[in-house]
Amino acid sequence: MLQYTIRRLLLMVPVALLVTIISFVLLRLTPGDPVLVYAGEEHDPATLAALRHSLGLDRPLPVQYVFWLERAVQGDFGRSIRTQQPVLEAIVERLPATIELGTAALIISIVVAFVIGIIAALKRNSVFDLLSTGIAIAGVSLPNFFLGIALILFIAVFLRWLPPGGYTPLWQDPLDNLRHLILPAITLATASLAVNLRQIRSSLIEVLSQDYIRTAQAKGLPQRLVVLRHALKNAMIPVITVIGLQVGSIIEGAIITESIFFWPGVGRLAVDSIAGRDYPVVQAIVLMSALSYMVSTLLVDVLYAWFDPRISYGGGAS
Amino acid sequence: MTQVLSQPRALPLTEARRWHRLLWILRRNPRITIGGGIVLVLVLMALLAPWVAPYDPVAVDPSHALEGPSLSHLLGTDDLGRDVLSRVIWGARVSLSVGLIAVAIGLFAGLTLGLLSGYVGGLLDLVLMRLIDALLAFPALVLAIAITAALGPQIQNAMIAIGIVAIPIYTRLARGQVLALRNQEFVIAARALGASARRILLRHILPNIINPIIVQASLSIAFAVLQEASLSFLGLGAQPPNPSWGQDIYYSQRYLANLKWWMSVGPGVAIFLAVFAFNFLGDALRDALDPRLRRRS
Repeated sequence: MLQYTIRRLLLMVPVALLVTIISFVLLRLTPGDPVLVYAGEEHDPATLAALRHSLGLDRPLPVQYVFWLERAVQGDFGRSIRTQQPVLEAIVERLPATIELGTAALIISIVVAFVIGIIAALKRNSVFDLLSTGIAIAGVSLPNFFLGIALILFIAVFLRWLPPGGYTPLWQDPLDNLRHLILPAITLATASLAVNLRQIRSSLIEVLSQDYIRTAQAKGLPQRLVVLRHALKNAMIPVITVIGLQVGSIIEGAIITESIFFWPGVGRLAVDSIAGRDYPVVQAIVLMSALSYMVSTLLVDVLYAWFDPRISYGGGAS
Repeated sequence: MTQVLSQPRALPLTEARRWHRLLWILRRNPRITIGGGIVLVLVLMALLAPWVAPYDPVAVDPSHALEGPSLSHLLGTDDLGRDVLSRVIWGARVSLSVGLIAVAIGLFAGLTLGLLSGYVGGLLDLVLMRLIDALLAFPALVLAIAITAALGPQIQNAMIAIGIVAIPIYTRLARGQVLALRNQEFVIAARALGASARRILLRHILPNIINPIIVQASLSIAFAVLQEASLSFLGLGAQPPNPSWGQDIYYSQRYLANLKWWMSVGPGVAIFLAVFAFNFLGDALRDALDPRLRRRS
């Protein structure tokens, strides 16, 4: 197990390097001379050349990459073009709001998916099951920006039950924070809810058809115990993979939801930066979300082995 | 001579059998009919847009701005007086063409890389797979945003970006299948007969892996339509005044407080229907084309 984790970590290194190369190349492909951006009002050719030299932009591309990587590893992603704030600082400032939204969405998604998924699996092919499958496919197909707008229109503008957007920090007013959180969290939860629901239903159906479940039922155990204690534990394994990957892609999910609800997180920062052509910020967010996705994939695989002792990673598979 | 005569006699039978089988599959899988039906309607809507759309989708008419649904404007008008229904119909062209072209890019590139990687193996496989791992490390929408931002916000660039995002899944799919088939008797036999690598890959291996690829293509189009809508919503896809579902929804946001709901409902439902239909079709095709699942259904 430890050996496997170490091997996976080592394998991650070349992939992570490739990820940084892709991020770097995409940044350099971006139209516009970064020197002009940094220089602001300054247009004197000598000053621009000096600035170009100090930023290392007159060197060959591979050398530039090494310099960029050196700085990026130390957390220096440069400054935001729009605000001149250090990029890392801007991201770290907004991370708590994104984590709060992502966690709330994940909790909603998991709880609802478990309740509906278990009932659907137990009452297979019933009206409830068909309805839940329909909802699952609909949830995957519904663009979250449309759902978000529909919720704002109906719940916030028409019924006036909740605010249409905005954010109050948790420590300032927990109740108001919650009121602002509900709509974006439901919006963000819907797509993952559909995926989780499908996964829970199908893996529980598979487990329920196995012999040991029949044995447990034959022993006279109540159905509730059979499902909760025997079946659900094994059915959880594939579900963990799916949920783990959702944790890793928290920033991706937040991009659109945060921008609709004016939620001041990393996703909103990404959208504002795209609109303002603030590429250092966009690139840092891209790199960070890719790395967090990679780490979560690794954690999922390790957890997988931990949950299911039958899985052995000792073989030669890469 | 006998051979020549026997062939035309055999053909109609196979053809008839094929139709019979198709009808049988459709009858057993109403989901294919439903998903395929919606897809067909959307494709026809896109192709016939100039004749079906009641108004010019970009014609500005301030005297009819922000009108609710009525008989003359079934889905209402936007703030510039443009007919929402006409924009939804024309928007189908953008969304479906982006979906199809992006998936074609991803499919062609991914399939080629996967076939080569699986068949050649060795260093090429190792390098290609690490590159694919790196692409997979990026969350899909984030990668699409990064590529479109780098290439410039244009609908063609959005197509390329979504296409690149789709590459890894086809590469992995094709590579896995090639590895499973590479040492099967029929491939070894072809190799022993002196068939070239190209012939083996295209004539012997490709036809055997086409089913999962068709299924994946349908699911990928759903995903591509959703991504195009998301990119356009973020201002990175279609540019105004061209109609685009995602962009039109973004645009409608500023009139939410005035309860002008019709501006977003048309394009929203259109995206939902397109994504739903391709997802539904893909799911149904998977059940119909996978012999293991077919027996169970």
